Amino acid sequence: MTNFDLKDNTVRDLNQALHQDSADKAEFVVSNSNGKHSIAVGAMYDSTVTVDGHAGYYCGGMNQNANITINGNAGSGCAENIMSGTVRVKGNASQYCAATGQGGLVIVEGDTSSRCGISMKGVDIVVGGSIGNLSAFMAQSGCLVVCGDAGEALGDSAYEARFYVGGKVASLGADCIEKPMEDEHRAQLKELLEAAGMGDVDTSGFKRYGSARRLYNFNIDNAGEY
Amino acid sequence: MCGIVGLFIKNPEMEKDLGKHLSGMLIEMSERGPDSAGVAIYHDPVPAGSAKLTVLAPDEDYSWHELHDGLKHVFGDDAEVIHHRDQAVIKVAASPALAQNWIQESHPELRVNGAGEVIEIFKDKGSPADFIDNFGLEDYSGTHALGHTRMATESAITTEHSHPFSTGLDLCLVHNGSLSNHNRLRQELRKKGISFETDNDSEVAAGYLAWRMQEGDSLDEALQNGLKDLDGFYTFAVGTDDGFAVVVDPIGCKPAVMAETDDWAAMASEFRAIATLPGVENARIWEPVPTRIYSWHRG
Repeated sequence: MTNFDLKDNTVRDLNQALHQDSADKAEFVVSNSNGKHSIAVGAMYDSTVTVDGHAGYYCGGMNQNANITINGNAGSGCAENIMSGTVRVKGNASQYCAATGQGGLVIVEGDTSSRCGISMKGVDIVVGGSIGNLSAFMAQSGCLVVCGDAGEALGDSAYEARFYVGGKVASLGADCIEKPMEDEHRAQLKELLEAAGMGDVDTSGFKRYGSARRLYNFNIDNAGEY
Repeated sequence: MCGIVGLFIKNPEMEKDLGKHLSGMLIEMSERGPDSAGVAIYHDPVPAGSAKLTVLAPDEDYSWHELHDGLKHVFGDDAEVIHHRDQAVIKVAASPALAQNWIQESHPELRVNGAGEVIEIFKDKGSPADFIDNFGLEDYSGTHALGHTRMATESAITTEHSHPFSTGLDLCLVHNGSLSNHNRLRQELRKKGISFETDNDSEVAAGYLAWRMQEGDSLDEALQNGLKDLDGFYTFAVGTDDGFAVVVDPIGCKPAVMAETDDWAAMASEFRAIATLPGVENARIWEPVPTRIYSWHRG
């Protein structure tokens, strides 16, 4: 196990270590994170990274293969553009969590603020609490699971992503609609919650939302929606 | 981009260290605002019926002695002038309005940056670290304070363009964001008698709040009306004689983090500024919900 105390080491030292072959199957513990930016960005190998405190912007961004846990809150852009692996936030995550994520799994045990999963392109996101306004704006693929409530304009202008919400939705964005929960969806929801370590969440009240596909097909009758 | 910080002391034993903690928070916000820095510190109130003004002179060689003699002559021998570089705190036994009028008429070269009984506003171009050194910020005690580090995006880098902006007696505003309707609003507010000294958008927000409160709004009402009339992205922190309030615009894309312990309450653009405060590991930490007004007041 390698310790990176960010009092004595720079974030760059840490990130460079995560970019070396030697990071494969290695464990890293990061202390004195104190809201510093860009912690564990661009990790490329199957490493385990534990951030023991609150992280600043972009923590776990562009992650490939690594399993990153933040024992605290994460600032804006947590797991931005994640490719694979997992990023788990034990506390709350700030704005645009997992934005543009292409793969992997992002778990937030607390709440996220606005624009969670904006432009998600294949990442799966599981939020134990609630999410803020304009979440999953222009989401393209992947799943967003929210055990609590969703803020205003969920899934505005989304493409093929799926949204499962256990609580209330303040409002749906343009072209986002509620869709029926079939067996396939119940199974997928269950699988995602189990993968996130939240298998005991009662899924009976969850609803599914997604794109009505009226915007991106450029039907002239919908010109007023643009 | 800019950085804003606010610190409200709940435990009186911490009041002596207000400046030290405020400085630590400002340093963490240096990257968000390397162009200029400013603070509003609430401390050492003058007796009721007296006034405390903070003024900005054209340069550091200003004849503060002459000003002091003039003040003593008009307002009595206990008038005080405490200067730091090109700025000074003036204390006189008269109402703030009377003192402010006299300064504006007798010393038009001075700009009144703050007025009231408690508030002191200092600001300067340059890095937050230099600002802290030049104004001896670490030595200040007090009950609460706001700070700002500026990265200029829409108007010039001068001391006058720096935050905080006064919005009335013992009131001030710091702002992170940008307003898109400030030119039109400035014209309208000028017609209502609000004066502006720069083309800065945040000064318009300050002027707007000052106007609303002159019209009888409470601070909360003025901020509520601001949500309708101010178009743009913003996190505002407004200092008052006994606390401060924070509000984020409806879209909520400018950052703000708040934290509270039994000893203090704080807000900052980023958590790393709050991470410098004692006991932060046990603090309750959250982000403000857009349009909700959060405020702390002395009980």
